[in-house]
Amino acid sequence: MIRSIRACKTAAEERAVVRKECAAIRAAINENDQDYRHRNLAKLMFIHMLGYPTHFGQMECLKSIASAGFPEKRIGYLGLMLLLDERQEVLMLVTNSLKQDLNHTNQYIVGLALCALGNICSAEMARDLAPEVERLLQFRDPNIRKKAALCSIRIIKKVPDLAENFINPAAALLKEKHHGVLITGIQLVTDICKVSTEALEFFRKPKCLDGLVKTLRDVVNSPYAPEYDIAGITDPFLHIRLLKLLHVLGQGDADASDCMNDILAQVATKTESNKNAGNAILYECVETIMSIEDNGGLRVLAINILGRFLSNRDNNIRYVALNMLMKAITVDAQAVQRHRATILECVKDLDASIRKRALELVYLLVNESNVKPLTKELIDYLEISDQEFKGDLTAKICSMVEKFSPDKIWYIDQMLKVLSEAGNFVKDEVWHALIVVISNASDLHGYTVRALYRAVQTSIEQESLVRVAIWCIGEYGDMLVNNVGVLNIEDPITVTESDAVDVVEIAIKHHSSDITTKAMAMVALLKLSSRFPSCSERIRDIIVQNKGSLVLELQQRSIEFNSIVEKHQNIRSTLVERMPVLDEATFSGRRAGSLPATVSTSSGTSLNLPNGVAKPAAAPLVDLLDLSSDDAPVPSSSGNDFLQDLLGVDVSPASVQPGTSQAPKAGTDVLLDLLSIGSPPVQNNSTPSDILSSSQDNKSSVAILDGLSPAPSGGAASMIDLLDGFVPNSPKPEDNGPAYPSIVAFESSSLILTFNFSKPPGNPQTTLIQATFTNLSPNVYTDFVFQAAVPKFLQLHLDPASGNTLPASGNGSITQTLRVTNSQHGKKPLVMRTRIAYKLNNRDVLEEGQINNFPRDL
Amino acid sequence: MIHFVLLISRQGKVRLTKWYSPYTQKERSKVIRELSGVILTRGPKLCNFVEWRGYKVVYKRYASLYFCMCIDQEDNELEILEIIHHYVEILDRYFGSVCELDLIFNFHKAYYILDEILIAGELQESSKKTVARLIAAQDSLVETAKEQASSISNIIAQATK
Repeated sequence: MIRSIRACKTAAEERAVVRKECAAIRAAINENDQDYRHRNLAKLMFIHMLGYPTHFGQMECLKSIASAGFPEKRIGYLGLMLLLDERQEVLMLVTNSLKQDLNHTNQYIVGLALCALGNICSAEMARDLAPEVERLLQFRDPNIRKKAALCSIRIIKKVPDLAENFINPAAALLKEKHHGVLITGIQLVTDICKVSTEALEFFRKPKCLDGLVKTLRDVVNSPYAPEYDIAGITDPFLHIRLLKLLHVLGQGDADASDCMNDILAQVATKTESNKNAGNAILYECVETIMSIEDNGGLRVLAINILGRFLSNRDNNIRYVALNMLMKAITVDAQAVQRHRATILECVKDLDASIRKRALELVYLLVNESNVKPLTKELIDYLEISDQEFKGDLTAKICSMVEKFSPDKIWYIDQMLKVLSEAGNFVKDEVWHALIVVISNASDLHGYTVRALYRAVQTSIEQESLVRVAIWCIGEYGDMLVNNVGVLNIEDPITVTESDAVDVVEIAIKHHSSDITTKAMAMVALLKLSSRFPSCSERIRDIIVQNKGSLVLELQQRSIEFNSIVEKHQNIRSTLVERMPVLDEATFSGRRAGSLPATVSTSSGTSLNLPNGVAKPAAAPLVDLLDLSSDDAPVPSSSGNDFLQDLLGVDVSPASVQPGTSQAPKAGTDVLLDLLSIGSPPVQNNSTPSDILSSSQDNKSSVAILDGLSPAPSGGAASMIDLLDGFVPNSPKPEDNGPAYPSIVAFESSSLILTFNFSKPPGNPQTTLIQATFTNLSPNVYTDFVFQAAVPKFLQLHLDPASGNTLPASGNGSITQTLRVTNSQHGKKPLVMRTRIAYKLNNRDVLEEGQINNFPRDL
Repeated sequence: MIHFVLLISRQGKVRLTKWYSPYTQKERSKVIRELSGVILTRGPKLCNFVEWRGYKVVYKRYASLYFCMCIDQEDNELEILEIIHHYVEILDRYFGSVCELDLIFNFHKAYYILDEILIAGELQESSKKTVARLIAAQDSLVETAKEQASSISNIIAQATK
């Protein structure tokens, strides 16, 4: 039959032949044909191997097993193992046959049964037949004993509770002379120890351990034995199994480890390593040494062996060595550092598996002292590496650079190189982090923007590079053109305003720019239109081109920005102020908190060292930088949560819509909405919230909140500095401000409220009000509380009152300081609604009023 | 532990499969397809180990056949290479200079030999001589049984003539 199937020329022909055969077999099964049963089964198995369904043959297997003859049983068991797996219920029917066969007189039949049991038994079958197998562990014939041992392994794996029963028989097996039984016995003991700690303790006893060590010594020293010899070593399999068992027994136990030191040293030094068998033994030996308790001399020996492996020409050996070195790092990092150069060579190897391993190893080796040369090497290699590897390599380089960079300028340099080379492989959150760092390194702004300008000239296809570049050009365009902050190492470069606009224009028009890039470019253009007034018209033209874009985000931006450029020059510059410095610590904390823990799956080791770049989750920073435009509008709750966390301010959801959902409203309405964040009593305790109106970027209401929040003092200071420099239409600061008459704000039969005004120097929009409450009635007021409400264009801040008991008849007064900021300073006067609550003779009193008589120009 | 053994020809045809871990029929075919794709496309000078789905697969090419074994992460790959070689040498001794055709037409014998070397994914016997002896003994059992059967049927045939 096989011949006829092989003779088929096409798949269809083959299917036809197979179908015919199957039909014949099925007919034979129906007739219950005894004679040809085994032939039919064999045919069925072949057909099964070709991939055709053969379920109808399963019962045949069972019948075959149940028959008396050896050949039938043999084929039956083979069919059983091939056509069935342990999850099928049919298997249960075999249990009885198996039981009978396990007790058969013919030892080969017993062997068949054990074999089948060992390969496919299920948990129930294991439980049923375990006693039989246990008995067979002491059978007279070594062939049966070894099969029984392996069968027991499977039973223990399926039903760990039974492990204890096997401890004693297994211990007996360890004293065998027959290699086959010895090997299987050792394997059984190893697996028992993995499953049961009680067994582990039992086998760690010196009696047992010494026996094992002696056995190993005998094997190592044994003379030439042709039966077991492989490549000049007697039974390397036995060597390896013994070493594995020693590994399990010695791990975590100092005494046990001591016993093995000598023999391990002997194996490590005496074994020849020119053949694979020898290397296999050495590998296992090194593995064992690395896992048992510390012994300096042995460890050095092991690392030396690994070093030798690393320079071996055989790929397999090198791969294995790299693998082991990853585990060795946790144990002895110094020694591994010595081999750094070789490992670096392996990163460039032709073999993909070796490259991957070597890269992971290099990543683990990086520390502050060697990060610069290592990064240089890796970046050089990045240029010539092939595509699949680039992704991995880029991720590792970025994360290395981020963690260990000694100074900001080096960090920025390296990131620029990586972006120019492999920008398309760089993950989003990596270049977000880069922008955060850039914005924090204020002295490097000029340098950075010039370097980016140069880089973009050459590598326009690298998307991430383009994005970072246009963001920087937008922000620091004036530094670029005016050559601000040139460092000594830089080559001089002259860039005109229109050159800078060129770059952004190219970015918008480039065919490979995606929506995010284009959107960023539009924002950058808006910023430039304010910084380079001469190019304003040209910029407007570019913006207008996207008015009809099919992408909503681009169209919206285009229309809005266009109207700002055209009609609202007066607020334009304040709109596009410098971004406030993004807080690095909060950003990285947030990022670490919101991202899932990363696991390096390929290494599979249980190292706690960080590996790989964290995968971005919802990238909350995106809202911050206003970059994602092609996503569906980010749900405002997530944006708000992040903003709340970052800035510690309670934000009312309605007025903070990050991104796209606000309808474009030209004119001052937009500003009013944006400014109305934190309506009336915004209890803000630290930095002067008065400067808030100056620092806005169109959609990053964050900037406002940043001004409000207890931002790090550095940030606030820089913000104030920048604002002093860049607010073109701030009125001249006056020293003390004109004096304002005080007013009687509220007067009733029992209470007078007086306001005294003053202006803090340099801040025309803020007014300091000293409120004085006087009690006209003959009764004392207790629990005195003053509350005030102001309309949306005002901001109010109340300091704590001097007290809350107002003595009677004007014998004393309570004072309280209020700070009011008028964003419509000069256009609208202050108004205020007041509510005064106090207790009079334990009766609550409430008085309300409105104050309209503020001096006009407050 | 060895999870499965796979013998594939250079054209991707399966010559022998042995599963020591539970895999359904569907899973088995999927695994075979995947691994064939990975292993058959590897160049000659690359190392013999492949990382796959969290396991390691060790493969070795002998003439037109790839012998693959899938092991756990903590197992010794170099040892598995030795086991593969052990198996091939025994096959060689049994068939006398074995080639792929031998394995195709006598696949059941290849399975029997494998069953003498590995059970439950672990090595059973490290001596080639012992394995050969056992297989020879079982083969002679089969022979005698066949002879008996044919002689009985002869007798019956003659008796009923």
